[in-house]
Amino acid sequence: MEAYRTMALARALDERAIALQRQGRIGFYAPHAGQEATLVGSALALEPDDWVFPAYRELSVALVRGASLQSIVDQLFGNADDLSKGRQMPNHFAFRDQHFVSASSPIGTQIPQAVGAALAARYRREPVVTIAYFGDGATSSSDFHAGLNFAGVFHAPTIFLCQNNQFAISFPRDRQTKSATLAVKAEAYGFPGVVVDGNDVRAVYAAVRTARARALAGDGPTLIEAQVYRLGPHSTSDDPRRYRPDAEVAAARERDPVHRLKTELVNAGLWDEARDAALWEEVRATIAGAVARAEQVPPVDPLSLFDDVVAERSARLEEQRSGCAAHLTGPKGVP
Amino acid sequence: MTELTLVQAVNRGLQEAMRADRDVVVLGEDVGVNGGVFRATEGLLKEFGPERVVDTPLSETGIVGSAIGMALYGLKPVAEIQFLDFVYPAFDQIVSELAKMRYRSGGQYPCHVVVRAPYGGGVKGGLYHSQSTEAYFCHTAGLKVVIPSTPADAKGLLLTAIADEDPVIFLEPKRIYRSVTGEVPDGAQRVPFGQARTVRDGSDVSLFAYGAMVPPATEAAATLEGEGISAEVIDLRSLVPLDEEAVLASVQRTGRAVIVHEAARCCGFGAEISAILAEKAFYSLKAPIARVTGYDTPFPYALENAYLPSAERIVTAARQAVRAG
Repeated sequence: MEAYRTMALARALDERAIALQRQGRIGFYAPHAGQEATLVGSALALEPDDWVFPAYRELSVALVRGASLQSIVDQLFGNADDLSKGRQMPNHFAFRDQHFVSASSPIGTQIPQAVGAALAARYRREPVVTIAYFGDGATSSSDFHAGLNFAGVFHAPTIFLCQNNQFAISFPRDRQTKSATLAVKAEAYGFPGVVVDGNDVRAVYAAVRTARARALAGDGPTLIEAQVYRLGPHSTSDDPRRYRPDAEVAAARERDPVHRLKTELVNAGLWDEARDAALWEEVRATIAGAVARAEQVPPVDPLSLFDDVVAERSARLEEQRSGCAAHLTGPKGVP
Repeated sequence: MTELTLVQAVNRGLQEAMRADRDVVVLGEDVGVNGGVFRATEGLLKEFGPERVVDTPLSETGIVGSAIGMALYGLKPVAEIQFLDFVYPAFDQIVSELAKMRYRSGGQYPCHVVVRAPYGGGVKGGLYHSQSTEAYFCHTAGLKVVIPSTPADAKGLLLTAIADEDPVIFLEPKRIYRSVTGEVPDGAQRVPFGQARTVRDGSDVSLFAYGAMVPPATEAAATLEGEGISAEVIDLRSLVPLDEEAVLASVQRTGRAVIVHEAARCCGFGAEISAILAEKAFYSLKAPIARVTGYDTPFPYALENAYLPSAERIVTAARQAVRAG
């Protein structure tokens, strides 16, 4: 139930965020529709002290780990309450309290970082695993190779969670690699790779739980390939009709992980249509409230541009900051 | 005080930092059993063990990427890139990740990694064991770029780098790893960033140099003295943060500037110094600013002595500046 609730909230947020982008109220959005079971199932299998190295479709993971919906929406707006201070495009979250490391746009860079953090945790004798989230496209990156190779050599307590959503923007999975599966790549690095139905929240949970136990037992890393289908575009800047037929998407919608879990719950007698309608109404209202609040929050202070470049601003940066301040407050400046 | 070579001073700095703080770890290719190809990490594996002195597979991406992960978790990794020429596979990790982690997370994730790399020519290293590409890193906000030229600075600046809260690119002039020796303080005496060192005072012309170019600049100053020209030699020590005050104050005294680096001229760090002087010391200048640098060619193997700035080239540029006005 907890999983379904979070998946519904995430799906509703996805739909709302795309609408907000279309209305020009946020600048960009990268949807995760179709990947909710993998995201939520994997996140539920982690413990609070574990560390997440996300890509940019993992807001559901942050939700499960306790990041507030408001803080996620504030990041989408890049307003003054955004924990990342409006520095990044929407979806590039960082939530330190949830050990949810800052995401970036380059593909695969978080993979060796997750390995390093795992080695650090082990060095400190802390029972912590790290998990790197990435997509099918990332498996072609040099960072994927470097990260998995290091993890194998050093037996790192790391989980590599590949969300194979079948597309790297327009480029299909079967052209990304000749390997029969993405999971099989783990064999070359000397540790197990498993394929899991990413639309099955319980299967993903079990796979991550097993990988986590292996990692903590000192048995090393695991690569999990969660097979899903990206139901939406790569981002709000993408038109997927250019590279995939509608019929394929319609077929994938039949396997929609959110509907699937609902059906399972209904069939098990744990859920019904009336409660379902109430839940969707509730999550949409919650999101509407968070969006309304986010739009009331002032924009980031222009001079915060110069903060956090380094711990202490250099004389040079101070000089540029003063110049910027004078411009902003001058006769032609923006107040 | 102990008399050490520059590379021994690096080694001593690493050893003292590791003794003082269990969070300091070293990783890179051949840094453990082999003690580093230049022996900068010699003896560390024996003293600190393989969890703190990590021999890695041959992947700069992996070295810097995993060092970033260690730093995020709270360790203080010192990553060695065997030659600066081999850093490019890790360029994405350095400029997209390491440099921007603090900023992009709104200050939630400082990322303290020291990336050490021997750089520069004069060792018959050809195209790929000789380059001086510090400017790439100076151009990237969020990184500090530090280059010692003496054993005392090598240790003192390295201790500062390891204690710093931000990422530091620490470039070691391999040409003078062993040819330069000097007294090095025994304790944890740090040399602060952003403070240039006056190697010698002068009143007619300022020679700005760093790293392996400090010795030829100093030699040039001695030659110029014989000709009645008083040259001031300033060792910049850290390019980012730059001691702009020292640069400006020197030219305000001498009215003439010669900037020396072995990196190629186009967009080299000399261009930045030159621009700062043009912007802020224009009315003090008595002669055009001169740059004595590597040429805008790839680094040549057989002709490296023609490529690298020599004391003679520096003397010629300084003489011209003095004659000009």
